[in-house]
Amino acid sequence: MEESTSHYLLIIGGVLFALLNVAAGLIWVERRMLALWQDRYGPNRAGPFGLFIVLADTLKLFFKEDWIPPLADKVVFVIAPAIVLVTVLLGFVVVPFAPGIVVADLNIGILFFLAMSSMGAYSIILGGWASNNKYSLLGAMRGAAQMISYEVFMGLALMGVVLLTGTFNLSTIVEAQRDLWFFIPQILGFVIFFIAGVAETHRLPFDIPESESELVAGFHSEYSGMKFGMFFIGEYLGITLISCMVVTLYFGGWLGPGFLPPLFWFAIKVFAFISLFILLRASLPRPRYDQLMEYGWKILLPLSLVNLLVTAAIVLMQNEP
Amino acid sequence: MDSNGNLLAQLQSRFGEGTFTVQTTKDEILTLWMPVAQAKEILRYLKREIPQPFPFLYDLCALDERTRNRATNHVPHTDFTIVYHLFSYARNQFIRLKIGLFGEYPSLPSITGLWANANWYEREIYDLFGIKFEGHPHLSRILMPRTWEGHPLRKEHPARATEMGPFRLWDEKQDREQEALKFKPEEWGMARQSEDSDFMFLNIGPQHPGTHGVLRIILQLDGEDIVDAVPEIGFHHRGAEKMGERQSWHTYIPYTDRVDYLGGVMNNLAYLLAVEKLAGIEVPERVKVIRVMMCEFFRIASHLVWYGTFAQDLGQLSPVFYMFSDREKVFEVVEAICGGRMHPNWFRIGGVSQDLPKGWETLVQGFLDYFPKRLKEYDSMVLKNSLFKARTVGIGIFTAEEAIEWGVTGANLRACGMNWDFRKTRPYSGYETFDFEVPTGQNGDCYDRALVRVAEMRQSLRIIEQCLKNMPAGPFKADHPLTTPPIKKHTMQDIETLITHFLNVSWGPVIPAGEAMSCIEATKGANSYYLTSDGNTSAYRVRIRTPSFPHMQMLPYITRGYTVADLLSILGAMDYVLADIDR
Repeated sequence: MEESTSHYLLIIGGVLFALLNVAAGLIWVERRMLALWQDRYGPNRAGPFGLFIVLADTLKLFFKEDWIPPLADKVVFVIAPAIVLVTVLLGFVVVPFAPGIVVADLNIGILFFLAMSSMGAYSIILGGWASNNKYSLLGAMRGAAQMISYEVFMGLALMGVVLLTGTFNLSTIVEAQRDLWFFIPQILGFVIFFIAGVAETHRLPFDIPESESELVAGFHSEYSGMKFGMFFIGEYLGITLISCMVVTLYFGGWLGPGFLPPLFWFAIKVFAFISLFILLRASLPRPRYDQLMEYGWKILLPLSLVNLLVTAAIVLMQNEP
Repeated sequence: MDSNGNLLAQLQSRFGEGTFTVQTTKDEILTLWMPVAQAKEILRYLKREIPQPFPFLYDLCALDERTRNRATNHVPHTDFTIVYHLFSYARNQFIRLKIGLFGEYPSLPSITGLWANANWYEREIYDLFGIKFEGHPHLSRILMPRTWEGHPLRKEHPARATEMGPFRLWDEKQDREQEALKFKPEEWGMARQSEDSDFMFLNIGPQHPGTHGVLRIILQLDGEDIVDAVPEIGFHHRGAEKMGERQSWHTYIPYTDRVDYLGGVMNNLAYLLAVEKLAGIEVPERVKVIRVMMCEFFRIASHLVWYGTFAQDLGQLSPVFYMFSDREKVFEVVEAICGGRMHPNWFRIGGVSQDLPKGWETLVQGFLDYFPKRLKEYDSMVLKNSLFKARTVGIGIFTAEEAIEWGVTGANLRACGMNWDFRKTRPYSGYETFDFEVPTGQNGDCYDRALVRVAEMRQSLRIIEQCLKNMPAGPFKADHPLTTPPIKKHTMQDIETLITHFLNVSWGPVIPAGEAMSCIEATKGANSYYLTSDGNTSAYRVRIRTPSFPHMQMLPYITRGYTVADLLSILGAMDYVLADIDR
């Protein structure tokens, strides 16, 4: 018992350490990659390849004045950024990084992930509301509607995988992909899940709660210093979480040819999806808020239902010959 | 001119022989003085009843005539003059109507009921001259701060801060200024709530990433739907017109560069065409072609900025970087030829500053080879992008009739299907010798405005190519005594020529008395300088008619019923520059 507690503590510590570093590193990765695609240099002065910009950014955020607008609801204003960080980090609890490297191998893993990502919407709503700023309020309203709607398609898209494997446990789902990664039988589900994932993390083209050309910075207009930093890190962790889930559910998790350890395979795949997120940001304009909702309810919802029905029918036929 | 004679005959047969006083001007626009009592009736007749009417209120401005040197002028004696410029698309003809006013703070009837776009013009005259318009729905300051004392374009108002005494902000004044900044929707005829909802008033600007400068738009919102919008302008007002009365004819050129600050030397051209009309200078062929070439380079540069920022307004992050690096290529050519980049200040009265440098052909050819490929790439990146289309197709629609009513010109007018380009229809600086097309749209929405501008860049390339192939040899300055700086070879003959040269350089040229207006197709629409000279070393009055001013005025009309996100599409597609609005 003693040993297993320390084992878990090690995993939790390791995962937390890795994640926070990855999220911070992603700031650099994103800026460099955007720069690469946009014919410019990006941060390249501090340290080798500009890597220390992460350190500089973090230090800057720590030393900035921790300002709370006088008309804001102080308690909620402070809690909101913490919520996003906590819920996203909790979402990682169920992600199996490699065989045995998972914080809690829950048998309701998928449901836990969905619950945590839904909770993330609170941080946007509360943050936008507590700021007492019209831009923040508009951003928060948009964000709430967007996240709650896309939650639905995300959940429905996942159900295809659940039907195929008969479990909510993520490790079992990965093991079930030994012969065939699920993105082949569940291509539609994968696409919908990915799109909903972009909307969940409110990244371009679905960065409507922020949409800096209209709403300045949307729900976090009033945030500065480390509170802003938490939203910032939360966003990158969100990207990582969605990428992890895509890889786990549709791209065989840690599975891969034997010449690399499972953890490496997982990391490589996740990094590929993170890059896709960044490339999306570099290339697409943003739709209007009502267009986004229409797209969700009129296209993604029927599609994810069709996907679910077809999968269910196939599973049914295979089980009863 | 015959058409002027016909028009005058038509007007005289309707209103009687003695109603109008004809004035001859250097620009051959029919100029008539009309009595204030009949003004509205005459204007209505010209807009609605006359065959081939004048539906377009091109410009409306005023002059403070009280200190004008009349020895050199044959104009009726007045204290203030209101000048209406009307334009008829059917006749391709301007008419200038003047009303003389007397007294310190005169007033006259407003014509806002006749033309929607008269609203801001009349407010501007009230703001800058203190002339009141009776029946105006909202006669308040527009360019100057609300608390400003005096009316800057009146001759007694100082032009320099040093003439105004030191600035002090004591407590009461600060309170007054702060009070004036408060937005009271009732003043604008806006309700705070309707039967079923409270409206939200949202300030877009003066500091906002989507306004491209210091512009404030107050939105009345029902949820995210725009009920009404009030643009507040004037943050960028630098008194360009007032400076024109202080600077010499020559030293005013750099100021014009900064009016439409993306248009560069194209502003010089609009100003100089008017000056050269006044001075009677005919510029050599080479000058014309050089000027056209540089103007088209700046048209491309300006459209590139618009293209990139428009995409960015819609959330597309990358195009702006590509387009700014292409603009850099334009500036490489501009810099090699002019020395400057954004504001080269390169055209001169009677010519250009210097001849083209050695090897300019290679540079221009290099750009002509490079750019079309990039444009093609942008088509697939931006114009064909379905999200871009979703944000722009069917947004911010207005018809050609509405556009004319509101004084819209340029690409925004052509996007409504109106085939009108002043380079084609009223050619200047030798545009008649060039072979190019005028792209038009059909639907008058944001997407068509984008299409027209992109097509215009291709046409500009064609024009530049023709300049490159057919650049005439010859002098780069007109051989005329008023050419500035004066041509050196005429000096050093004897003491007289030396004195003339010295005076022309130190004081600047004396432009003969008279008035003239230019009209060019600038990057954003029709741009005009209406210059009045009373035979001095500087202008008596410089009136700058800019395209962005009426475009911005139309904003409330075309945004009602759309959402906040659409407002950004509409603003982006409008292609305005704050300095061009506020001057």
